[in-house]
Amino acid sequence: MKTVRLILLSLLVASMAAGTLSSCKPKKVGSVMAGDAASKVYVAPGKYDDFYLFTSGGFSGQLGVYGLPSGRLFRNIPVFSQDAQSGWGYSEETKPMFNTSHGFVPWDDSHHPELSKTNGEDDGRWIFINGNNTPRIARIDLSTFRTVDIIELPNAGGNHASPFCTENTEYVVGNSRFSIPMEGKGDVPITTFKENFKGAATFVKVDKESGNMSVAFQIIVPGFNYDLAHAGKGVSRDWMFFSTYNSEQAHNLLEVNASQNDKDFVMAINWKKAEEMIAQGKGKKIPASFMHNTYSEKTHSATSTEMKEVTVLYAEEVPEIIYYIPCPKSPHGCDVSPDGKYIVASGKLAATIPVFSFEKLLKAIEDKSYEGNVGGVNVLKYDAVLAGEVPQTGLGPLHTEFDDKGFAYTSFFVSSEIVKWDLEKRVVVDRAPTYYSIGHLCVPGGDTRKPSGKYVIALNKITKDRYLPTGPELTQSAQLFDISGDKMQLLLDFPTIGEPHYAQAIPAEKIVKNSKKFFKIEENTNPFVAKSEAEAKVTRTGKRVDVYMTMIRSHINPDNIEGIKVGDEVYFHITNLEQDWDIPHGFAVKGANTSELLIMPGETQTLKWLPIKVGMFPYYCTDFCSALHQEMQGYARVSPAGSATPLIFSGGATAVAEEVKK
Amino acid sequence: MKTKWITKTTMIILSGLVTLAFLLQSCSGGAGDQSKAPTPSADTNISIDTKAHSNSKGIGKFSAVKLQAIDPAQAADGLKIFTTKCATCHKSTEVKFVGPGLKGVTERRTPEWILNMITNPAEMILKDPVAKKLYSEMLTPMANQNISDAEALKIFEYLRQNDSK
Repeated sequence: MKTVRLILLSLLVASMAAGTLSSCKPKKVGSVMAGDAASKVYVAPGKYDDFYLFTSGGFSGQLGVYGLPSGRLFRNIPVFSQDAQSGWGYSEETKPMFNTSHGFVPWDDSHHPELSKTNGEDDGRWIFINGNNTPRIARIDLSTFRTVDIIELPNAGGNHASPFCTENTEYVVGNSRFSIPMEGKGDVPITTFKENFKGAATFVKVDKESGNMSVAFQIIVPGFNYDLAHAGKGVSRDWMFFSTYNSEQAHNLLEVNASQNDKDFVMAINWKKAEEMIAQGKGKKIPASFMHNTYSEKTHSATSTEMKEVTVLYAEEVPEIIYYIPCPKSPHGCDVSPDGKYIVASGKLAATIPVFSFEKLLKAIEDKSYEGNVGGVNVLKYDAVLAGEVPQTGLGPLHTEFDDKGFAYTSFFVSSEIVKWDLEKRVVVDRAPTYYSIGHLCVPGGDTRKPSGKYVIALNKITKDRYLPTGPELTQSAQLFDISGDKMQLLLDFPTIGEPHYAQAIPAEKIVKNSKKFFKIEENTNPFVAKSEAEAKVTRTGKRVDVYMTMIRSHINPDNIEGIKVGDEVYFHITNLEQDWDIPHGFAVKGANTSELLIMPGETQTLKWLPIKVGMFPYYCTDFCSALHQEMQGYARVSPAGSATPLIFSGGATAVAEEVKK
Repeated sequence: MKTKWITKTTMIILSGLVTLAFLLQSCSGGAGDQSKAPTPSADTNISIDTKAHSNSKGIGKFSAVKLQAIDPAQAADGLKIFTTKCATCHKSTEVKFVGPGLKGVTERRTPEWILNMITNPAEMILKDPVAKKLYSEMLTPMANQNISDAEALKIFEYLRQNDSK
């Protein structure tokens, strides 16, 4: 007996000691844990990650939210694609967010998340992402992780060079990867490409306080393929740089015909001067049609507004604010060093990485060191702007991000690796293979004035043999590398949703402190809100039936509705009366041709339901909310068209009241 | 004898676990804030009659409330807040709904307990014996409706008026 007790006690002491050891991190992780990748990505149950990672959803049209270093997925924020899980794009309140000049567009291809910036640093207020296919830019509020603003870009085709922002988020930009004729002039033979097709460098103003977006102006530029962009910072803060390929202006067999020139361009635009010109009235207002959709967290509804004109500057008329810098073979990424002194463009078909000097750019402009003129835009001499080339790097350089120690990290698609190089000396210091075919890469804060030197994340296109197979379609993935030492160390592979083009990461504390927990019911101004069960009701106006419904643990009110008829248009307006964190309610009704709704505490959302059959139709809460969740249900009785069934309803409260009377 | 031994050992193990948990907690320095998340225990064998009077003051900001005569204006405001934030689960009669019927609540409970239950429900159902027992009976946790102290006092005034009728 005594022995058993002793063993138990000693076990206890041992486990306590172990607990103490594992719970306190050693001061020098590197020395003790070298080679121990697992410990560097382990985030204990219940503990928070250090960084948020926002990954573009690519062809999913959404925005992924992960934690670093764990690689755990937290959310897939619906942006450009309808989301049946939350009702985004299905509920009456959110449908207007999908409105475009082409009507309701339920999908897009989202490529580049861009965090809002203050003084060139990520400020954690908003994140922007581009819609490539039907050119748009979306703004997501990082206090709610909701898409609150989507603006369409006129005169644009393939909004790929987007939505990179200036140092204080004065503007986010867009530009055409697929140049097109100006609006209203599109019915032309493809053979007239060179004369009729144009790019549209678009500057979208972001309101400093509200974040509200508006198209401030467009600079109509020669019809090349504008691929990526980045704003200058520090010394170069007034400039925006766009990479462009297909300077051949080929319109067929691009894989051959767009690779004829030894050099394409980086386009440098002085946006500050452009802004001044617009202020002086030098822009021309031309007719256009594009939509601006905003979502209010007070009305819990979206509004879509058609914009009918846009202010433009024509590149050939403003040569003093726009220049082309020759860049080896079809440049892709266009990245600016943290101090703003260097512009790194990666010619994806070139063997070297050219590094341009902002100081030399200004000098070349001053000296008029031109080697030619394209479409009214002066082309500067390559050598006059070049700081130097990084030789013998790899195959297919795409994108570059920076750390806090003067190093640059460039992704190489063809040779499938990350190459680390010294920004000033322009020599390669390390390389690490990626699995496989890396596209973009991300250093937390890697495109800001203050990058973190902790990690680089590879965003890979191909994963064959890295994960359990799932048929012909495989997951895409990210890979986390530790860059705190001299050598990059691979720590973790983790799958991503859709194709992760670009991603941005930010220290968690910049976002956590602003995170909203629920919407105040007192501030809900949705026209169909029911702020208490006393306001729950059903009304009929002709064929339209409005159900003002409330949900709270553990009942729906009204929980029975009779008198709906085949051919009616039924609107379930559901208010979640909860005022606590993490208590959404879901709503679904049998036969709905739309989706469910997921309603956050204090919010009202509406599901339109068109009954086409006679019968009893159950509805219920889809989000397991409480012990009596299974009891959260009701029935809608649908009678034949023209029948005399009176419109009546009952709620939990009414039922109890009746019981008391008996 | 055997029973006694088991009890004693259990206690040692339990106290050890508590110490262990403390050590883990104290060294974590982590961002995860589990302490706020309600994880009520399955402790249902407390011999408390929730319909009987209790002197518990509960846990929260309210520790000493002095009662004045019922203020009808405050009570009227309280009814409005009650309708939006409480009435979905509590009836002002004796009828149990999602939560207990509230007729007589100001006689069964102390003012402090009621005010703490309104403003600090998550901690109450974790720690206060009466609130714990109520949770085990209702099975739906008392919702945190984010009611301010001032609002809670108005609701309380309404409940007093409701009981004075």
